[in-house]
Amino acid sequence: MSREDLVTLGGKMDGVEVIYSEQPVRPGSPAERRAERQVAAAFAGAGLSALAFMVIFVAWPWQVETPGGGYDLSALYTPLLGLMMGLALTLVGVGVVLWAKKLMPYEVTVQDRHEGASPEIERQTTAATLVAVGNATGIARRTLVKRSLGFGGLMLGLMAVFPLGGLIKKPGTALFETPWEPGMRLLTLGGLPIRPADMRPGALQTVFPPVEGGARSSDGVAMLIRLLPNQVDEFRPRPGQEDFHWNDFVAYSKICTHAGCPVSLYEQETARILCPCHQSQFVATDGARSIFGPATRSLPQLAVEVDADGYFVAKSDFIEPIGPAFWERST
Amino acid sequence: MSSRTAIQRPATPAGRTASALDERLTISAPLRRTLNKVFPDHWSFLLGEIALYSFIILLLTGTYLTFFFDASMQEIVYDGSYAPLRGIEMSRAYATSLDISFDVRGGLLIRQIHHWAALLFVASIVVHLMRTFFTGAFRKPREANWVIGVGLLVLALLEGVFGYSLTDDLLSGTGLRIINAIFLSIPVVGSWLSFAIFGGEFPGTVIIGRFYILHVLLIPGILLALIAVHLLLVVKNKHTQYPGPGRTEDNVVGKRMFPVFAAKSTGFFMVVFGITAALGGLVQINPIWLYGPYDPSQVSAGSQPDWYIGFLDGSTRLFPAWDLYIFGYNIPPLFWPTIVLPGLLFTLLGLYPFIEAKLTKDRAHHNLLQRPRDVPVRTAIGAMALAFYTVLWISGGNDLIADKFDISLNVMTWIGRIGLILAPPIAYWIAYRVCLGLQLHDREVLEHGVETGIIRRLPHGEFIEVHQPLGPVDAHGHGSLQYGGAPVPKRMNHIGGMGRAIKGFFTPLEEPPARPVTSEEEKQAELTGSGRPKDPEA
Repeated sequence: MSREDLVTLGGKMDGVEVIYSEQPVRPGSPAERRAERQVAAAFAGAGLSALAFMVIFVAWPWQVETPGGGYDLSALYTPLLGLMMGLALTLVGVGVVLWAKKLMPYEVTVQDRHEGASPEIERQTTAATLVAVGNATGIARRTLVKRSLGFGGLMLGLMAVFPLGGLIKKPGTALFETPWEPGMRLLTLGGLPIRPADMRPGALQTVFPPVEGGARSSDGVAMLIRLLPNQVDEFRPRPGQEDFHWNDFVAYSKICTHAGCPVSLYEQETARILCPCHQSQFVATDGARSIFGPATRSLPQLAVEVDADGYFVAKSDFIEPIGPAFWERST
Repeated sequence: MSSRTAIQRPATPAGRTASALDERLTISAPLRRTLNKVFPDHWSFLLGEIALYSFIILLLTGTYLTFFFDASMQEIVYDGSYAPLRGIEMSRAYATSLDISFDVRGGLLIRQIHHWAALLFVASIVVHLMRTFFTGAFRKPREANWVIGVGLLVLALLEGVFGYSLTDDLLSGTGLRIINAIFLSIPVVGSWLSFAIFGGEFPGTVIIGRFYILHVLLIPGILLALIAVHLLLVVKNKHTQYPGPGRTEDNVVGKRMFPVFAAKSTGFFMVVFGITAALGGLVQINPIWLYGPYDPSQVSAGSQPDWYIGFLDGSTRLFPAWDLYIFGYNIPPLFWPTIVLPGLLFTLLGLYPFIEAKLTKDRAHHNLLQRPRDVPVRTAIGAMALAFYTVLWISGGNDLIADKFDISLNVMTWIGRIGLILAPPIAYWIAYRVCLGLQLHDREVLEHGVETGIIRRLPHGEFIEVHQPLGPVDAHGHGSLQYGGAPVPKRMNHIGGMGRAIKGFFTPLEEPPARPVTSEEEKQAELTGSGRPKDPEA
């Protein structure tokens, strides 16, 4: 048999029949030579681009040389590498696709599908074998074995999960407490205490508890706000927190009660505090009540006063859990 | 046996190698079946391939990044090449991410290719899913593969979140903070779960190491296994095909795997990789050095997750401030849009094939795809889901839109809240009507023919447009072709009636050939009222 006959025979054995086949370009024609040149150009271009990548990788100045930014040749290092790598890979792809489209035969081939349920003889014999396998173990009859196996399997499954218990940490009161204690001074990011005269009306100062790592505290961070004179009269503290502010100074937790982002944006004129993550808005003159967005609770207020040396101190820890809510947090 | 003794010894080295392999593995028949396997050809079948290729790119670039990245939250003082951050305290995770960007030759390129490939991975999965949905490719016998695909999508989202949380810059740390709040919001077990995962109160010192091992081992391993099963099932069931000439439920019409199909796929992989590499070099993504190290007291305005988490950010922003208290215990508002909503969405998505089969009582095998217009209800459901998703996704960036277009932020939130309720039914209605309209037009063209653009004036003065019938016509000039689920040619150039296109991209490079009017056409001057040639017999 000739090779073509063998290919056809193989196709038949696989349920495959080529019903149409055509060479896109006539062998030996100018069109074929043109296609060949295009494919070769793409591959050669890919090789050159890859070569350029390697040369740039080794020879181009790559480290940021000017301290503090500024543009130099090194700014082009990554773009050039990406361009060359991209070109090299894309050109290989273009070459292969051109080759397939222009030089390989275009064909329409049909293959049979054999699917759906297996032939009845296969189904019956397989089912019988499965049942025989089951019967050989006697699992259906031996109730004691079955039940004890079920029990053992269940317990082993649970046992496999149990080592994960090593991950568990008791939350305890951690979510209800922050580092603040009575008499602790409010510190700036730079670690300096704050006097009332340090802040102009309308100013906001992020303050931290004076403890180890306090400046990176994820629950102790608070905002000390000095209200504008016209806002002082409007100020309405939350019930039971009437003495938490000191003159025109109020301090609130900076951690949003919704998802825990720092509520960083303060609009002086309206005394609104905005969380940039999900746009919850709180009013500083209204006990930091949540007035818009998904947050439901006011920002907890930190009770502050000025100590004998004239610096702001906390009168106590926050009286409620700060930050995002959780199951055990009642009201 | 005689057949064993009658093996021919091949003459060439390649033949001898092949023969030696076959003697040991008996591989001839399976190999020939593989070479001969027929794949149908359509551009929309390449979408899933993009997902596969970007996954390969992610494995390659990700492995490279692990050589340099240290997932440690130990605080150190940065002393690398990037001057603005020198002397600043940061975690080793952030510092080594900066080192990859500035102090590893070509590291920034690989990091950015990795990020771009991740964006492309999820994007191509989503588009592939839409193709599968709208063409009904998920129907029996392919329900299992749909479920696996939805699982792959969910895992891809998680994998992305864990990945972009690793760099420990201000943006990713803010993301971790929100993830922590989401765990906290789960009823009953929230605080315990959060403490177990974060090793104590946020941020703790272990979360990046834990996310790292999930990101580089556990989830990629599951992804790899599921992708393998996904592809094996495609091979086992054979690919679906669009209806067309000679295409039936019992065959596959296309190209054999080798050489053409394999060559095109290889080329396509290279092009996808090339474009991703070019993006990685030329288009900056996630410039972590601009954000600075994570600090719980700071955040940037306009903080956004990667695009595929945007819809959950949007749902979180839009959800009203509803607090729920049960016997003195709290279910925070964060719980509903971040746990319940995606849980519901992905469950519904995964169950869709079974829901549709149940409602339509369709138990048949389907290997021929459907055109979206032919299944108006499903298409409209899809449009509804997309509208819902789009409103959420846009709302995930509503602060940026408010800023750029000078709209009130609160108005944007309300547009989102109302849009989330109004847009889906409107999208459903529009999609449904469009489907019916397209169906009607298909039937009309089959019955009356293609509009030729030729206007004729009848002897009594009426102007009519000449229609070209697509097949034999009956006594009334109506086409007798039935709609077969395949695209109906609607313009003369679809049926080769317009001749060859004129060369030239912007301006014509050649004169259009003059078309002589044949005597045949002269005779056809007499037309019926609907513009078809008048049947001489009638």
